[in-house]
Amino acid sequence: MRTARHSAAAALTAALMADPLPARAQETVYSQIERGRYALITGNCQGCHTAPGEEPFAGGRGLDTPFGTIYTPNITFDPETGLGRWSRDDFRRAMHEGVAPDGSRLYPAFPYPHFSKMPREEVDAIYDYLATLPRVKKEKPENELPWPLSWRFSLAGWRLLFFEPQPFEPDPGKSDAWNRGAYLVEGPGHCAGCHTEKNLAGADKESRHLMGGQLEDWAAPDIRGGPNGGLAHWSEDDIVEFLKTGRNAHTAAFSIMSEVIDYSTQHMVDEDLRAIAVYLKDLEGEERAAPAAPDEEIMRAGAAIYFDNCSACHVSDGAGVPRFFAPLAGSGKVNNEDATTVIRVILEGARAVPTNAHPTPLTMPAFHWKLSDAQIAAVATYVRASWGNRGDPVSASDVAGLRKRLAEGLGPDR
Amino acid sequence: MARKLPPVDVVLVGFGWTGAILAQELTQDGLEVLAIERGGWRDTPSHFPTTVAQDELRWYWRKEMFQTTARETLTFRNNRSQTALPMRRWGSFLPGEGVGGGGVHWNGQTWRFLPSDFLAASHNVERYGPMRPGMTVQDYGVTYEELEPHYDRFEKLCGIAGRAGNLNGEIMEGGNPFEGVRSADYPNPPMHMTFAQHRFEAATKELGLKPFPGPSANMTKPYVNPLGCQLAPCTYCGFCEKYGCGNYSKASAQTTILPVLMRNPNFSLKVHNEVLQVKLDSTGRRATGVVHVDQNGEEYEQPADLVILCAYQLSNTRLMMLSGIGEIYDPATGEGLVGKNYCYQVMSGADVFFDDAYTNEFVGAGALGMCVDEYNGDNFDHSGLGFIGGGYIACWTTHSRPIERRRIPEGTPQWGSAWKKAVADNFLKSTNVGAHGASMAHAANHLDLDPTYTDVYGRPLMRMTFDFTPNDRAMSAFLTERVREIAERMGGREIKLSPREGPYDSMPYQTTHNTGGTIMGASPADSVVNRYLQSWDVPNLFVMGAGVFPQNAGYNPTGTVAALAYWAADAIRSRYIRSPGPLVQA
Repeated sequence: MRTARHSAAAALTAALMADPLPARAQETVYSQIERGRYALITGNCQGCHTAPGEEPFAGGRGLDTPFGTIYTPNITFDPETGLGRWSRDDFRRAMHEGVAPDGSRLYPAFPYPHFSKMPREEVDAIYDYLATLPRVKKEKPENELPWPLSWRFSLAGWRLLFFEPQPFEPDPGKSDAWNRGAYLVEGPGHCAGCHTEKNLAGADKESRHLMGGQLEDWAAPDIRGGPNGGLAHWSEDDIVEFLKTGRNAHTAAFSIMSEVIDYSTQHMVDEDLRAIAVYLKDLEGEERAAPAAPDEEIMRAGAAIYFDNCSACHVSDGAGVPRFFAPLAGSGKVNNEDATTVIRVILEGARAVPTNAHPTPLTMPAFHWKLSDAQIAAVATYVRASWGNRGDPVSASDVAGLRKRLAEGLGPDR
Repeated sequence: MARKLPPVDVVLVGFGWTGAILAQELTQDGLEVLAIERGGWRDTPSHFPTTVAQDELRWYWRKEMFQTTARETLTFRNNRSQTALPMRRWGSFLPGEGVGGGGVHWNGQTWRFLPSDFLAASHNVERYGPMRPGMTVQDYGVTYEELEPHYDRFEKLCGIAGRAGNLNGEIMEGGNPFEGVRSADYPNPPMHMTFAQHRFEAATKELGLKPFPGPSANMTKPYVNPLGCQLAPCTYCGFCEKYGCGNYSKASAQTTILPVLMRNPNFSLKVHNEVLQVKLDSTGRRATGVVHVDQNGEEYEQPADLVILCAYQLSNTRLMMLSGIGEIYDPATGEGLVGKNYCYQVMSGADVFFDDAYTNEFVGAGALGMCVDEYNGDNFDHSGLGFIGGGYIACWTTHSRPIERRRIPEGTPQWGSAWKKAVADNFLKSTNVGAHGASMAHAANHLDLDPTYTDVYGRPLMRMTFDFTPNDRAMSAFLTERVREIAERMGGREIKLSPREGPYDSMPYQTTHNTGGTIMGASPADSVVNRYLQSWDVPNLFVMGAGVFPQNAGYNPTGTVAALAYWAADAIRSRYIRSPGPLVQA
């Protein structure tokens, strides 16, 4: 009988042998490539540089920004359409300074301000690893940006205002784990990319660091783990479990975070996940104002809708079924000041990321065809104000607005 | 002319329970496995999420969950003197279609057969002497002891809820004392019982019987199976049989295997492709692959080293006939084996109506029930009774689906305001006790190809010739009397008995437990496949499913179908792959 099984090691060897440049073959010993492979995982490069369902690292994925759609480039070593003609210095300059070999500026959707914290050897290792991957010929689609943003020269000003290359400096007063965690979170992990609010120019608001942000019509929660932080009630173990398996006693990952876990964190070593947890747990949050009191009639309607549509999985007291169906009581997503994610999940459902640890993509169905704006607002208000949760009420117009923005992706009625 | 495709190691025809089990097992050895399914892809969130899972009109009454009869059905007659007519609308049984097969819409009652069920001929003849004339009962060729580890694997895969009755030879209080020796308890605790089960339990105990919780594939706890798949706790919504479960609470290929299997690069799946034929080489002793057709009518030849039929029993049997493998059974001569020993299940029961108590059976689940097994198999002395076999008796609260559930007392008019009032008055205050009777093989009951009617591809339809046999009727009369004794003791106002009388009627729903047609056994003289489910005629062809049952026991078949699939997979992995050829010398 024939067998069809390829091991990763065999594929790697074949790629190395096919390399036409003898100089590189001498330099790129296995440990260097392995270092690059791991560094690339810590940066989740695959998430943005892969179009859904297409070849990894060949780019072409559209990133929706408030300014327009930016398509990611092909970072395989295809000479025509990828990085095949880039030198190591070209690559380092892009990673650390946001400048392409021809001198043009890269859009900061490519988070080079974070990557500038990575040491040169780490960046070189990524370059060496990318060189071993299958080369895919694939042109990058044109960005859909209005003038003057489509004019890359305008980025010079942005860089002047918001960018200063900052190699990572360990804090000698903190533990090794804390410093490793800080490096991963602030450097390659670029967590702030989603979890920090942006200013009008799309740069991080430093005073709101990791207190939650919004992108592509998702509200990313506050991930500060100290007192008053969004993860104040998570232990270090909870954070490690979440990043490793996509689930923990409090929640399950879906949407953009599911890619982070799928491509990045589930492949990271436990020590690094622990380091991230140590660092996040040391970040204090800000005390929140008490939420506005919800309308009693709306709460009654919301409770009725909840018992009919939600309680079978999320349970009548919001306790959920930990690691299966997300608990709503105490949920960071539910309690987020920004209700976008809660509304969106009710509208279009949510799919828990399948991981090596939990291969089942447990999925909540969409309700956009079943519940009206007012009904979704009522049940979201009920969930955000029950069982100790402290989220502000949601209005029907909030739901209508998001429904309109998502209309294309919501799919047909059942 | 069929387009020839690149070869694969293994091709599976049909992708339900047995297809998923075989694919998961055989890919572990690095084999490249392709499954071809005539229906579509189906998964929980896309096809039966909670928001639509309980649409009774859509799934059951409009038959959206089942095989499309407009493309293919079967013809039916009670006996050879009649002309069989096509079943244009499913009735007595409901074959599935699409990924997961009938395993998407089962109840989840997951039994092991009794040790004596596998020896139905030798055991009964030894104890009671020769059988009635015309009975073609025979042994399985495999024993309970051999299947035990495979039953255990399936129970753990599915997270079956139950209570052991015979753990390593020790009889356990509260379990089924008649079951074969089991090596491990069920992985999950029994289901929560409702009012009706408590009454059944009390009544059967008064009669000196030993009630126990029915083994259930509806989850009683959050469960992670050995493959890492997650099954969530059952909400007791009562939409199991005839429905997909939106809550991940019922074991199916979708919930127990596919999340892992679909990530395996050695496995691929083709949907909306129907296999028309198993291709044989010029000797007729070797399968070279299958021919299948896509939705546009394009035909393909898929070469494979190993062909495994994993479709429903009726489809497997028909594909053997259409491929010219083996001789079709002819009841006039007794010659031929394919299509022989078609069996079913002999169901009877009693409704119990209460005045003062609510049964609230809308709180239900497919396998929520208490059972007694005193009258099953050879658990009791059949001397002088004139039949062999038996069945379990149970009080299942599977559902109170509003269109389907219409229990009315004896003497109620069949329509009009009195009927409506009776339905309303009894809807929340009734239950049922049922006997799940075995079906013993008989020379007159069989499957063959219809001489008149064809499917959408112009191939003859399967023709079913079946009626209840004298053994079935005697057994069912006996069981129904036992049902009456229990039902009368449950404290209701009245009962309404539904005995199994008259000829078999293919229209009212009874059960989708069709068996036989590709029966297994110890010799090519009396079976289609050997004890490893390998074709005697074509050794690189295996046949899964209840078609291999020589006759049907007094239990739901899925547990045994799955155990046999694991058993066959084990033989393929440990022996066949190393040395392809007959696993049993004829």
